[in-house]
Amino acid sequence: MSTMLSLSGVTAFYGQIQALRGIDLTVEKGEIVTLIGANGAGKSTLMMTICGNPRARTGSIIYQGEDITQCAMHDIARKRIAHAPEGRRIFPRMSVEENLLMGAQVVKFADYDKQLALMFDLFPRLKERINQRGGTLSGGEQQMLAIARALMSKPDLLMLDEPSLGLAPLVVKQIFGAIRQLNRELGLTVLLVEQNAYQALRLAHRGYVLVNGAITMQGGGAELLARPEIKAAYLEGGH
Amino acid sequence: MSDAVPAVSGRDTLIRYLRDAGGVGILALAIFVPFIGLRLHGHMNGLALGYRPKLLAIGVVLAVLARVLVLIWQDRRVHQGRAAWRAARIASAGKYVTPLLLGFAVLLPLVPGIANFYIDLGVLVMTYVMLGWGLNIVVGLAGLLDLGYVAFYAVGAYSFALLAHYYHFTFWECLPLSGLFAALWGVCLGFPVLRLRGDYLAIVTLAFGEIIRLVITNWISLTGGPNGIYNIPHPTFFGLNFNLGGGAGTFSGFFGIDPDPKQLTTYLYYIIFFLALLTNWVTLRLRRLPMGRAWEALREDEIACRSLGINVRNTKLTAFAIGAMFGGFAGCFFATRQNFISPDSFTFIESATVLAIVVLGGAGSQLGVALAAVVMIGIPALLQDLSIYRMLFFGLALVIMMVVRPRGFVSTRTPSIALGRRKLISSELISEGHG
Repeated sequence: MSTMLSLSGVTAFYGQIQALRGIDLTVEKGEIVTLIGANGAGKSTLMMTICGNPRARTGSIIYQGEDITQCAMHDIARKRIAHAPEGRRIFPRMSVEENLLMGAQVVKFADYDKQLALMFDLFPRLKERINQRGGTLSGGEQQMLAIARALMSKPDLLMLDEPSLGLAPLVVKQIFGAIRQLNRELGLTVLLVEQNAYQALRLAHRGYVLVNGAITMQGGGAELLARPEIKAAYLEGGH
Repeated sequence: MSDAVPAVSGRDTLIRYLRDAGGVGILALAIFVPFIGLRLHGHMNGLALGYRPKLLAIGVVLAVLARVLVLIWQDRRVHQGRAAWRAARIASAGKYVTPLLLGFAVLLPLVPGIANFYIDLGVLVMTYVMLGWGLNIVVGLAGLLDLGYVAFYAVGAYSFALLAHYYHFTFWECLPLSGLFAALWGVCLGFPVLRLRGDYLAIVTLAFGEIIRLVITNWISLTGGPNGIYNIPHPTFFGLNFNLGGGAGTFSGFFGIDPDPKQLTTYLYYIIFFLALLTNWVTLRLRRLPMGRAWEALREDEIACRSLGINVRNTKLTAFAIGAMFGGFAGCFFATRQNFISPDSFTFIESATVLAIVVLGGAGSQLGVALAAVVMIGIPALLQDLSIYRMLFFGLALVIMMVVRPRGFVSTRTPSIALGRRKLISSELISEGHG
């Protein structure tokens, strides 16, 4: 296995406030890695820092052997790191197909149809809604659209920021099923940020726990799931 | 206004109407007493207060009747499926309206015996159609609220005026240059505002418009300041001018017809008509290219754009530059049409008018913007006979518009690509407050 993404000693700030404190993290090729933590722990910030906004103040981010620490956000996206940002952020007034087309910035025109067909295989619901406005989709469909849009660029690494946010458990199951399928069948590497620690750890090969901008624990998904302190902090009171 | 129409008895309805209309009557009375009921008369030795109870009563009764009519109309509307039905109706209407309007625009100056005034009004309306379409690129497509669009209009106009004044350039030589200069200024404005959004962007663009105007006003040695620039040449028709003297080298002399001011007006009309169509054509093309799609995506969500690999800086700058370019073209035309320009023609009210046209038309819609330009520019000019009541009617029209079509005349958007059948999407179908 070779390393897809590795962060070492990454710090990030919002103005004077330090949001990330010396993050060390690696994602191997073909892995699903999840990042769990409470609200405000810095999960989304870490993901955005990998994307280049905000940029890391110190430390380095290496992606497939290339230092991307100082790259602009759109350049990083063009290196086949797909990012489905928190809150879905689909284009509400554009049709489903236009949304998908916007995701295909870097793929060649010939690949577009192939990629589109793949997305419809994965999320048949989107095909039914192809000419509908993004904003008229249900929450789950919007999340599917956000993931599909990110995948249109044929990424090597897919980063998902809270795909289960505000969705019914059944829909969450569907979405997580799709992520698993992508990983198994296409060998897609996934970095997943989740509040829903139970589901995320069950899905992931490995996990990191983020507290106050620093990583406090890491390990295999099942291993973390079994730890009493994880249970106490993130899993009590249902999932 | 509730969405469901409950089944109620006639008596309940009547009581509801009376209560509602009664409230309106009291409100009307409160407003009309100072405005209609009291009147100051001028006297030899001062002012005297007069009373007009009859007129006041008529006003209140009219307000109450109007309210009852609105209530009846509201109850008759079928709420369910209304938006979708309306979108379909507008789509089918659009099929006929566009060629009809186009045909009307082509034939207008050729109507036999038409007064010069109407062709000239057509030129004015068409100028605003073009400005509206130009601003539509920035505001409607890219979603960048620009309150200083008049700056580019001014840059285009002064580019031509100055080049003609100092170096004797002709209109046709200056037209592309004006667009180019305006586009450069568009980029100049674009750079500092790259990081701004919404209200803050609006304030800076507003200031930019004022800066351009103040520079023109105060750089007297170059621009003549408030005195403006005179004797800007009219455009020539393949080297033929439109002097009314006739003779060799004039349009009328060459074709052996009587000189008539209508010839020049008609020529100007077709120039601006062509320029406006060019603006429209370019916009429609761009919408289907990656650049135009990126503009629209930018309007919807900037963060998402960046995470998908769109270069937001370049996207914004091209939107500003191309929008400004068409403003520059229109400015160049304005200068040649007027013969004379001064900073007074480029005040904030122009920016506001063009923005109002874009918003009234339904931001992003080409047909809507054209209709709105006719309404905003053409109708007030045609209503001149109503003299002081003109603005009253205009205000009333805008209020009705806000109630009936709050998202502009044409609030549907056709997707720029579609598998299979194209489907119009009404903005009324989706919740507001996103993006």
